[in-house]
Amino acid sequence: MGVVTFPGSNCDRDTEHALTLCGARARLVWHKDRDLSGLDALVVSGGFSYGDYLRTGAIARFSPVMSALLEFAGRGGPVLGICNGFQILQEAGLLPGAMLRNRRVKFLSQDVHLRVERADSCASAGIPPGRVLRMPIAHGDGNFYLPEPELDRLEAAGQVVFRYVRADGQLDPEANPNGSLRAIAGVCNGAGNVVGLMPHPERAAEAILGSEDGRVVLEALLSFTAGLRQGRAATGAAR
Amino acid sequence: MITAEALGRHGLTAEEYERILSLLGREPNETELGLFSVMWSEHCSYKSSRKHLRTLPTEGPQVVEGPGENAGAVDVGDGLAAVFKIESHNHPSFIEPYQGAATGVGGILRDIFTMGARPIASLNSLRFGPLDAPGTRRLLEGVVAGIGGYGNAFGCPTVGGEVAFAPCYTGNPLVNAFCLGLVERERIFRGRAEGEGNPVVYVGAKTGRDGIHGATMASAEFGEGSEEKRPTVQVGDPFMEKVLLEACLEALATGAVVGIQDMGAAGLTCSSAEMASRAGSGIEIDLDRVPQREAGMTPYEIMLSESQERMLLVAARGREADVERVFHKWDLDAAVIGRVTADGRVRVRRGGRLEADVPVPALTDEAPVYDRPWTEPANPSAREDPLRDLSADDPGRALLDLLAAPNVASKRWVYRQYDTTVLANTVVGPGSDAAVVRIKGTRRALAISVDGNGRYCWLDPRAGARLAVAEACRNVVAAGGRPLGATNCLNFGSPEKPEVMGQLVAVIEGMGEACRALGVPITGGNVSLYNETDGKPIYPTPVLGVVGLIEDATRTLTSGFLEPGDGVVLLGETRADLGGSELLEVATGRVVGPPPALDLAAEKRLHELVLRAHEAGLLRSAHDLSDGGLAVALAECCLAREGDVELGGRFRLPAGLPGLVALFSESPSRMLVSTRDAAALLDLAARASVPAREIGAVGGERLSVEVPGDRGIDLPVAELRCAWTSLTRRLESGLLD
Repeated sequence: MGVVTFPGSNCDRDTEHALTLCGARARLVWHKDRDLSGLDALVVSGGFSYGDYLRTGAIARFSPVMSALLEFAGRGGPVLGICNGFQILQEAGLLPGAMLRNRRVKFLSQDVHLRVERADSCASAGIPPGRVLRMPIAHGDGNFYLPEPELDRLEAAGQVVFRYVRADGQLDPEANPNGSLRAIAGVCNGAGNVVGLMPHPERAAEAILGSEDGRVVLEALLSFTAGLRQGRAATGAAR
Repeated sequence: MITAEALGRHGLTAEEYERILSLLGREPNETELGLFSVMWSEHCSYKSSRKHLRTLPTEGPQVVEGPGENAGAVDVGDGLAAVFKIESHNHPSFIEPYQGAATGVGGILRDIFTMGARPIASLNSLRFGPLDAPGTRRLLEGVVAGIGGYGNAFGCPTVGGEVAFAPCYTGNPLVNAFCLGLVERERIFRGRAEGEGNPVVYVGAKTGRDGIHGATMASAEFGEGSEEKRPTVQVGDPFMEKVLLEACLEALATGAVVGIQDMGAAGLTCSSAEMASRAGSGIEIDLDRVPQREAGMTPYEIMLSESQERMLLVAARGREADVERVFHKWDLDAAVIGRVTADGRVRVRRGGRLEADVPVPALTDEAPVYDRPWTEPANPSAREDPLRDLSADDPGRALLDLLAAPNVASKRWVYRQYDTTVLANTVVGPGSDAAVVRIKGTRRALAISVDGNGRYCWLDPRAGARLAVAEACRNVVAAGGRPLGATNCLNFGSPEKPEVMGQLVAVIEGMGEACRALGVPITGGNVSLYNETDGKPIYPTPVLGVVGLIEDATRTLTSGFLEPGDGVVLLGETRADLGGSELLEVATGRVVGPPPALDLAAEKRLHELVLRAHEAGLLRSAHDLSDGGLAVALAECCLAREGDVELGGRFRLPAGLPGLVALFSESPSRMLVSTRDAAALLDLAARASVPAREIGAVGGERLSVEVPGDRGIDLPVAELRCAWTSLTRRLESGLLD
């Protein structure tokens, strides 16, 4: 697996560490690299790529690695964007919606509860829908926005992967920290192989850090990726 | 020709100028005068405090690097060292709160990674005027946003700290930033310009006109018109600093770097002079090669600029290209701007012309050291009776008032704006006695506490400093950590006033005594003087940052009660210590009486007992007693845990003490612990000669404290929480506007 490092990424090493704990072979991918050979999943990690000057993720999408990433995603390769990575994937047109400033216009660092909404995206494969996961958020711009008609289409297409909920799994405006429309914390593309979420699973992958729920998301990415690999092998064998 | 007016502008006295003349053997030119001005400023030279700072204990088997380098370092096992330091950014933060605080964080981060260490934890100590005082809201909002804005983007978690309020800080807030990083012990880098002929490499951001004379500004008091000093405050770019961090660590790993120092206060002047001074060498700089952001800068401006996110490296001769390659990979400037010489002089050229030529020691070792006159502190308020206006009519009401008081109330509004979890090491974040970060790749963790106490130090500087050291160490012990070392930030008024100088002398003495008794050497720090506005000094405010080692990160102790049925034991002795207490100020607005007496031997016994009891698996939780005494500590133990159901406790205090004292006294050397085996703990305490008493048990949804012969407390935890979170709720909804 590859974890992309942009100038200003600051969760790349955490993500690499957590993926390794989950049993993945992970390595960092420099943003000027165009060669992604040997990688069968990509994670665009969090941080402040290029300082988030201009607009979150707006400059990073022009990095050389992004054209290779777009091609990789276009071939069905699994891509997970976390926090700033989610914003970059939105800017690159891989994921719907835009991020506005948090509702109370302040950076928010706290634990949240997420409800898994579908079990077949690259970051939720095999997780029973309705399962509630606890992990931290840390962002200033995580207020998910789409015009209403498009939101309806997004919901109808089943592209909402995670929602902010209470610990008991119920929706509650108080449990939606940043004011995201429909409490959306994570979405996927139409094919489900590209997912973005604002919370940080890599910071909740060890008991000592207070939660291991983040592993569930990272392990889903691993199993989704393994499934693709087996699929490819089977097709290869059939030929 | 240097005029008296020019000297005044440079913050130099006539005597100091005479000294410059004799050191140089001639008149300095304008640029040279600038170099002396910043290097001899209080901020860079410690000229008023140096004599006294020398008395602090700085050694121990665990000390890897003591004072004198960019930061101190202690051994934390597994071949690693923790590099840490605290520094003030008070003056800039008053003038421009967001950038002042942001660049304070940026400066301390650079001090850490200059040593080759990767920063893993930031903390801070903030002091403001009362929330309803004019300007406080603006300063608080700006400072907190600045700390978050810089630290969050850089990617170093802000894991703890303190925020306090008192009238003396209204015109002079304190912003002290602490940072800790990790490095392999054998790979610590130092700020030395070694090796004649080695190239001097400038890396990072370009030089602009910002921050010129920041160090001199930070060495003067405020008066009317200080707001106009805004151009002396630097502007921070956390993205640039993050990239600089990665590039520096990568460059250091190439083996091509001989020495490295950040350009902080006094910029290029200080970094070049100090690097040459430590190595006993000289340095030559060609200003034409310095990357510049603006056209037409004079040599004076280039040498004194405090533009942020810049570093000075000395590379091994012939390996410049290895260094440049790394920085270019990160799209950063790297320029060879000079070389190391053997003649012990700083030489600055521009267009081939010699602009400055000064002996290195004249700027550093020969800077003036003052033995300023001082008077023994004798604050008459300390002799007043704190009990005069106090009553214990309604202790429940008093507890609710204390929990809602800004000094005690939950600071969630503040730390929710800080990224507390980036780097995925945070075991205990803000709001606890000490912050705890695990050391990735090992079993260990570090406990860190940043503490000060202005009130006590104002009443009795020496006693206050001893108490501050004791409390910071106790906080680390309460997390299960053994204190290894400390860094200090000494915030005072003008040292030219004998009474302020007396406070400084007494604080350093008291601090030294406590550090020696508790076995905690001071490995570095910072002195911030002239914290005065319109002639009114702040409380003398030493702030301690103590670092301790937890051998098994999975066994970190936390403060909150965990399970119904656990016994609760109060360790230590309670005496009538209400002088300078939080209760006194909240209830009466008075700051009087003697601060609590501290028996350092008893304090040390308590630390050893708690660490031993924890090792024996006897402790479920531990919480330090401080502001607001036992009542507030019990409430905090109930409030620490956030669940669907509140968890309180029932307590009965020993007879013999009036309720006021039993509940609210701030006697030091005490801790509140919960345990499943109170008998074993009491036995251990008896053998360690630590007073201990089981006072009740965890359970129920109320906090109930019975005081024999006096009124007690019986309140739902939910009501305590409502009081304790009221400030945060008001700040979050903007109701204070």
